[in-house]
Amino acid sequence: MAELYEGFTLCGLAAGQSRENSGLLGIEPGRDTDHVIVTGAGRTVTVYKVSDQKPLGSWAAKQGQAVTCPAVRHGQTGEYVAVHDSKVLRIWRDEDINFEKVFKATLSATVSRIHALPSLEPLVLFQRGAVRQLDALLAAPQQAVEEVLSEEEVIRWSSCFLEAEQPLLLFSTEKSGECFLYLQKLNPNVLHKYNIGSEGKGVCPIGFTATLENKCITLMCLYSNGCVYKLLVSLHPSAEGEQHLPKSLLLKLPVSEGVLRRAAIASLEEGHIAIVGAPPSASTGDRDFLCIWNTNFQTLQASKELPGGAYGQLWCNAGKLYVTHGKVLTVIPYRCEKSSLAAALGKLKQTSTQEVTSSPSVLNWNSFPDEEAALQQRTGMRTRSSKLNPKSQATLTTSINQVLEDIKGVSREEVEEVLEPFLSCSPISPQFQLDLAHIAVELLKRCQADPGFYPQSVLARLAQTGRLSHSSCPGFLMLALEKRDYFLAQLCLQHFPDIPEAVVCAFLKAFLSVVDADLVQVSVDLEGVSLMDDPGQSLEGVQNGFSPVLLEEDSCDVQLTPPKLDQSSSWTDVSLTCPVGLKKSALLNEIIRSSYSESFLLPHLKDLSAQQVILFLQYLQYLYVRSSGDVYTQLPGLRAPTITQIMDWVSLLLDAHFAVLVMAPEAKGLLTQLHRFVRSQVRLYSELGKIQGTLQELGKIKKEQEIGLYSIEVIELF
Amino acid sequence: MGEFKVHRVRFFDYMPSGIRCMAFNSKADRLALARLNGSVEIFNFSNNYFQEKVIPGSDSRSIEAICWVGCDRLFTAGLNGEVVEYDLERLCPKYTLDAFGGPIWTAACNSAETHFAFGCEDGSVKLFEILPDKIQFERNLDRQKGRILSLSWHKSGTLIAAGSLDVIRVFDVKSGHSVQRILVDRGPAGTRNKDCVVWNVAFLSDYTIVSGDSAGKVQLWDANKGTLIKTHLVSKWDVLSLSVSENEDSIVAGTSEGTVIQFQLLSPTIGDAETQWIRTRTFKHHTHDVRAVTETKTAVVSGGLDTQLVICPLMDKVEVKSSESVLRKVIFPHRSLVSCAKKPSLLLFQFPDQLELWRLGGTDTVGKPGESLPVTRKPEKLLQLKRKGDDHICCSTISECGHWIAYSTVSSIRLYQLQCDNNNISITKVSKLPKVLRSAHQLQFSADSSKLFVASEQATIHVISLSRSECKHVHTFKPKSGSSAPVHLLAASADGQWLTSANRHCEINVYNLKKLTHHCMVPVYNSLPSAMAIHPETSNLLMAHADQQVFEFSIVDKQYTDWSRKLQKEGLHRCRSKWHTPITHITFNPSASSQVMLHDTHMFCIIDQRLPLVDLQAQFYSQLTPKDMSETDRPSKNNAFKMCKKYQIVLGSLTLILTLYFTALFPWPLLHVNLLEDDWLVVVERPLIDIHSQLPAPVRQKKFGT
Repeated sequence: MAELYEGFTLCGLAAGQSRENSGLLGIEPGRDTDHVIVTGAGRTVTVYKVSDQKPLGSWAAKQGQAVTCPAVRHGQTGEYVAVHDSKVLRIWRDEDINFEKVFKATLSATVSRIHALPSLEPLVLFQRGAVRQLDALLAAPQQAVEEVLSEEEVIRWSSCFLEAEQPLLLFSTEKSGECFLYLQKLNPNVLHKYNIGSEGKGVCPIGFTATLENKCITLMCLYSNGCVYKLLVSLHPSAEGEQHLPKSLLLKLPVSEGVLRRAAIASLEEGHIAIVGAPPSASTGDRDFLCIWNTNFQTLQASKELPGGAYGQLWCNAGKLYVTHGKVLTVIPYRCEKSSLAAALGKLKQTSTQEVTSSPSVLNWNSFPDEEAALQQRTGMRTRSSKLNPKSQATLTTSINQVLEDIKGVSREEVEEVLEPFLSCSPISPQFQLDLAHIAVELLKRCQADPGFYPQSVLARLAQTGRLSHSSCPGFLMLALEKRDYFLAQLCLQHFPDIPEAVVCAFLKAFLSVVDADLVQVSVDLEGVSLMDDPGQSLEGVQNGFSPVLLEEDSCDVQLTPPKLDQSSSWTDVSLTCPVGLKKSALLNEIIRSSYSESFLLPHLKDLSAQQVILFLQYLQYLYVRSSGDVYTQLPGLRAPTITQIMDWVSLLLDAHFAVLVMAPEAKGLLTQLHRFVRSQVRLYSELGKIQGTLQELGKIKKEQEIGLYSIEVIELF
Repeated sequence: MGEFKVHRVRFFDYMPSGIRCMAFNSKADRLALARLNGSVEIFNFSNNYFQEKVIPGSDSRSIEAICWVGCDRLFTAGLNGEVVEYDLERLCPKYTLDAFGGPIWTAACNSAETHFAFGCEDGSVKLFEILPDKIQFERNLDRQKGRILSLSWHKSGTLIAAGSLDVIRVFDVKSGHSVQRILVDRGPAGTRNKDCVVWNVAFLSDYTIVSGDSAGKVQLWDANKGTLIKTHLVSKWDVLSLSVSENEDSIVAGTSEGTVIQFQLLSPTIGDAETQWIRTRTFKHHTHDVRAVTETKTAVVSGGLDTQLVICPLMDKVEVKSSESVLRKVIFPHRSLVSCAKKPSLLLFQFPDQLELWRLGGTDTVGKPGESLPVTRKPEKLLQLKRKGDDHICCSTISECGHWIAYSTVSSIRLYQLQCDNNNISITKVSKLPKVLRSAHQLQFSADSSKLFVASEQATIHVISLSRSECKHVHTFKPKSGSSAPVHLLAASADGQWLTSANRHCEINVYNLKKLTHHCMVPVYNSLPSAMAIHPETSNLLMAHADQQVFEFSIVDKQYTDWSRKLQKEGLHRCRSKWHTPITHITFNPSASSQVMLHDTHMFCIIDQRLPLVDLQAQFYSQLTPKDMSETDRPSKNNAFKMCKKYQIVLGSLTLILTLYFTALFPWPLLHVNLLEDDWLVVVERPLIDIHSQLPAPVRQKKFGT
């Protein structure tokens, strides 16, 4: 996820600018991330402290002179370097006041741009393609400069990188509609030329941005038809001479009509690019927008309308975008997060769980008052937190980094202290969700590194927020399993929306194999089994005055009456003792309730041992008898599995282990019972099918009788 | 009271006529209303909205405009080109006058009530001078092209606004010239080739003209400059009616969609002196064209093709919660259109143009309460008697024995003798009626069918003796007071000694038929009696008034009975006071003499005079609760009032079946309830849905994307 924050105006643009020309030459990084050097097209160079929106120093060339290339800051000496009138080099410091009196050197050729590198000498790119380091140039200002580019070849864009302590300069040129790319290496001086190729008639590249990653330069190029192409420029090209660079389409912007004219592109981190001057969708009309696109998913992440129209100038420096529009230079901070499907999923899950938990089970009359109280408490909490919301929101972004720092080195108790304020306020925002994931990942790292460190309560709190997902903190579930923290495991099963089937199976395996005695100490949420602790307790309910009798084997159509009561009771009696302990059943219920996809689950289910399968089947059968024994299709309790979920698991287990079960002598009784049950079900449905016609006739009977024009009735008055 | 077998009759195919126009007289607090069939009704708003007078219609009359002059002169004008003034005491037209301008579309009276203006088909506006006993043509204003559909006088009486096709003209009354011509915009594109009919204009005293037209617009114009001030588009169809309140701070407009829209003169911001006409409320009580709207001090009154008169209270104007604050819909007349011959089980239905005589069906079986019995003998329509002449029937009656039928129009009375031997029915008109009988307001046979009482002009009552051979005028009773108000109710005692008459001045006179003298007059109560009957045994006169009060008067003692005084002191039960429609019929239970049965359009109730009146605080025992009580409890909890209501108030937990039984009992408006012999009850119902199904289809309205 990426977002654009509220922007602010750094400075106004000089008067006299036209629609095409903003009057701004460029913005270069200053002393630190909070300082920028703004070079106006006229005569001024101004250093701003961005957070204060305040100029710290300003220098202007004499009347009649014009600054021709953006001033840069010399990374080593802290001096500013600028060129005016194309050939006159000026170097000055913060203390210098009069621009006329600072160091001046006149060069023999026209300078295109100066690129500064943090730890090296700045590089001077001449208009004809030659590149010099500043110190070398200053040694002999009037030295001859070779012409690299052919006639009519114009430099459109340039950028420099530092690779293995060696500066690199990348610049693109255009000559009669054809585009070329030059990669200039210094020490030794090597120049590579690439042909980008054209994109058809009238379509030309209008914006470039490049990043260096893994010894490879990724160049992104925005064409006037709205396409963004990616070109990979190797630092160590194999072949000599002019090469053709293959390009791949990254993104096609929805350019409604015509072509883009004033647009610029800047690459941000994590597969995001910022584009100014291109509309976010085809229907936005004539307005100009600043957009952040995700190149991995080709999705628009954020957009902001730029009032007054943009000039197609965009700079990116230290987490802020600088864009000229209207009559101002606006600074817009942004934030890019790695996009993941889980983040989106987690967001959806949030709403659904809220709904589920806040609807009390009406069937369970006994627990209803408590439930109501709990509900009130919960809503009360929620309103309180929402009251906190605006305040906490503001402090949140600043504190998250602090929190992340803090939890790295402190003890378990201190972790709780640190996180307490953070967790107690829970604003509903995607940002908060990401922050939570960050914290969880950080904690996981520590737990893995330090086996003694296990902040159980904090992890439980994190899981309980319901904002975490498996994909946002992958090791979380396995950690719970590893530490045999069944409470945490249960919480995760309840709250994570995207648990992989493999993990579900691992949990199931662990739950089945755990000895009941081990669970005595563990606190497990027993809500799912609230009314199941007493196996003898009857759940018989009467709905519409009808209590269904399970259709038994012998109560077939041949002799519908009387059903053999002893047989039918044997079906229920046999399995009415719960094969597992209370806490274990609670854990297993969470498994049964968890979501899964059959085809993914099936291979993992095969890992279960025969004993485990039989135990689980027995439990499922017990559940089934309990829930089918009364008229309700759901067992009481908030998180009890539904009858459909139970049946699905029975089918899955049988599918996965049928051969084993048939062979195992101890499973024989179980299988016959299941078989008998299926037969009774089949019979029930066939009986229903037989009377279908009769039932349909019932529906056709008209409820209202026509009242005629005359009738005789008897009434009683007294 | 026991079990009854009920004839539930739904074959009385009564269809009220649509409302065409109305005029409210604020001085008299009466509303005059004209229907499409030419009948005129007068509602007394200060007397519980009682339908005080009905002037029967006529085939030759069609009314387009109705107008009050003073408190007691009523004029109508119609498409037959005639202006009619009515005699409100004889309830018939006083005189008619041809305006000689073709069909008259509209009429308006100036504020000084000296002149009438009529808008005619030929494009002329005719001025008539109002004289004390007649109106007289004065002159024409400049004749224009196109019919005049609407007229309105300015308060000063010097200007008249006239709406026509596509144009509104302002006339100077003195010169007769048109001084302003305002073009009205036609409807939206696509309807441009259709004339814009200015159905209504209203001239406000600040020289603003309000118009309503067929393009669905209510527009405000400056009459001096002829410029448009404001347009309110209120309907996709026509704005058919418009009314300005007396103090000119509110306008109501009725549309073809059945909506009534109110505009109020308000200042847009609080404290601002400048005011504008702002659309404020929309009422939707009609399904069809709202042809007439008017505004009283406290309510918006509207009527239209769906035949109902709706009185919708404006809650901001109603000060206390009273009968005024209730929405009223008047659909059925406040008098009985059904008469019943008890012995032979015959019902006579009165329609404007015919009478229908039905014999009720029968059954052989007996059943338990709540059961519907199989009908073995079907009801039979014995007779359909079409009236003669143009005038509509105003009253009719059938004798107790079923051998005599009489009806009257404004011009004649007809008496028929009926012979009914098994399946052979023969009817003979009594040809020689006494000369005194010209028309009747009310007709009544004596209990033994030997006499016919005819309530005639000047509040006189003629007594006619009937025999097979001849009819003879016996006597004419005249009220002592000399009142000339029309008699609208007659009641004769079963023993043939007493006759009572009620007239529209609230006087109830008692005459002695044996001595042929005026016996006494019941003290005048300030509300019109809506029903009365003489008890067969005690000869007490029981009266129900339009304001829902019930009195009992002892004819012999010439004073109110103790029961009546007690009733007045204790008051009626509060449930009883929820009734809004007047009681239209009173009858006595022949098998239990203390029981009186009354009914109105929505429920009937039984009063047992022997039982104590329940105190006001006591829980009202509806039909249902005593049933649930044990037999022993019952008498003590019994209440003098029993009620059968359209919908039972559901008290506490009732079983499903009982609720269904009672809502199904009499869910439809009751036109007549009467007790026959042998514990038979006849109930004549008229489901509203049957009336709606006979109306033409309403204008098409887009609903939910259809």
